[in-house]
Amino acid sequence: MNNRTQEITVGTMDAAKLLAIRSFTRKNSTLGFNRDKLVETILMLNAAIFILAIAAISLFILIRGLPLIFKVGITDFLLQLEWNPTAGSFGIGTMLAGTLAVTLTALLWAVPMGLATSIFMVELAPPRIGTLMGSLVELLAGIPSVVYGFFGLIVIIPFIRNYLGGSGLSVLAGAIVLGVMILPTIINISRDAIAAVPLDYKVGSLALGASHYQSIRRVILPAARSGIITAIILGMGRAIGETMAVVMVTGNSTIIPHSILSPTRTMTSNIVLEMGYASGDHQAALFATGVVLFIFIVILNLVVNLTLKAGKNYGAN
Amino acid sequence: MNPKIKIKTSDISVFYKDFQALHGINMDIQEHKVTALIGPSGCGKSTFLRSINRLNELIAGTVIRGQIYIDASPVYCKEMDVVALRKQVGMVFQKPSVFPMSIYENVAYGPRIHGIKNREQLDEIVENSLKAANLWGEVGERLNAPAAGLSGGQQQRLVIARVLAVEPQVILMDEPASALDPISTARLEELIGELKKNYTIVIVTHNMQQAARISDYTGFFLNGELVEFSATNELFVNPRDQRTEDYITGRFG
Repeated sequence: MNNRTQEITVGTMDAAKLLAIRSFTRKNSTLGFNRDKLVETILMLNAAIFILAIAAISLFILIRGLPLIFKVGITDFLLQLEWNPTAGSFGIGTMLAGTLAVTLTALLWAVPMGLATSIFMVELAPPRIGTLMGSLVELLAGIPSVVYGFFGLIVIIPFIRNYLGGSGLSVLAGAIVLGVMILPTIINISRDAIAAVPLDYKVGSLALGASHYQSIRRVILPAARSGIITAIILGMGRAIGETMAVVMVTGNSTIIPHSILSPTRTMTSNIVLEMGYASGDHQAALFATGVVLFIFIVILNLVVNLTLKAGKNYGAN
Repeated sequence: MNPKIKIKTSDISVFYKDFQALHGINMDIQEHKVTALIGPSGCGKSTFLRSINRLNELIAGTVIRGQIYIDASPVYCKEMDVVALRKQVGMVFQKPSVFPMSIYENVAYGPRIHGIKNREQLDEIVENSLKAANLWGEVGERLNAPAAGLSGGQQQRLVIARVLAVEPQVILMDEPASALDPISTARLEELIGELKKNYTIVIVTHNMQQAARISDYTGFFLNGELVEFSATNELFVNPRDQRTEDYITGRFG
């Protein structure tokens, strides 16, 4: 078969296909069968299943956890320092303190560092370096948390034990590991917020005789404020929810941490450590811990929505 | 009477990488006059304007040759403090770029970055600047409202107030009315007429009627060259160059 005949064959095949498609579409409409409708239904069905799944999980956690909270009493459950589930005392006060201590310490260093990095990436780095750093941040975000925990266990804990004292298993170790883990969230979101600030603001500021640094601090950062706050809150949400790495490096004692070198147990750790053998009220108490975490995250998400809305109302353009 | 030359440009050429945007421009800009720069898009008039306050340097790969003198002192030299230059030469852009802050903070921004902290002094500067920009009557009662809530014309006058607050001697305007409606434009032109008593104004405009209405001198740019520069009346009534005549009579551009 020479080239020419092949061409012709291909040509006829295309024509045939076209005809087939045409007749198919026509058949569709004459039968009153609407393909758009089918696609819409499939999409809606998926969305419905997604919503149902979320509702089911939330409902399940609440049903399993809430009765115990009411049985113990909300204040007692949250603030009691005695956690002895086999003896019937269910106070997660120490875990609440542990979560707050680890999260806030992590934010204390990760927020300034993340913000400084994102300012550098947008405002100072040559475009190629900025892109490269972006990929590195993505990479950082993709490392499984157990790897971070393992690194903490092998490197950070001995370091703390040798140079700062204590066993090394501590709030500080948790905060270092967690901080690294939330850096990508903080950097990515605040970088996008800073990059979205109209160039007009910067040029306008420079034209008034402001230095680059003054323009960043007084115009660009305030203009990106709502995005930066969102970055911090989402980072905080991620820190509160993180479990694996934290379990591995914080020591998990149910005590109120009296310094950043003392061991602590977070709410998430509490669930993962005891879920294997818990039953009855004990299991319900773990679900109740989940309820508290759930409410934390809902509140943080609400704050994010409010911040973004406020930013939209105030910001120009 | 010998009018004083405020800005003198001597053989200014600007290159963006391989492209030459300006070809050796010589221009004497008179103090307390409005000088309009006209010409079709891409003719180099904005580039020329931005070379006066050295804003072209923000674009990587820009090379500038020649010299500009303001009050006989060179702008392009190692000793030049760009911050001081931009304090002396204010700029208003095409799009009113108010900062996402209150009206008060927008005007106080310049004085603040230049070190004024005293609240009473700032209050005074803000009030005087807004008055000079014909905006005080409209916003004096709501200085703490977000600037983004003002109309386009008000925003542009706010930007002018912000420039006035740093007490410049020269104001560069890059098509300041192109985003405004006719009434706001008329108010802006009226303001420019008032400002020239105290400031030297250089304005880039697409609108030839506007140039004819508000300016004392007009320069016509084409393909990076200054084709003709003379008193506005003369340029519009008796253009010396055929290309100028073709442009102002609407034959191209």
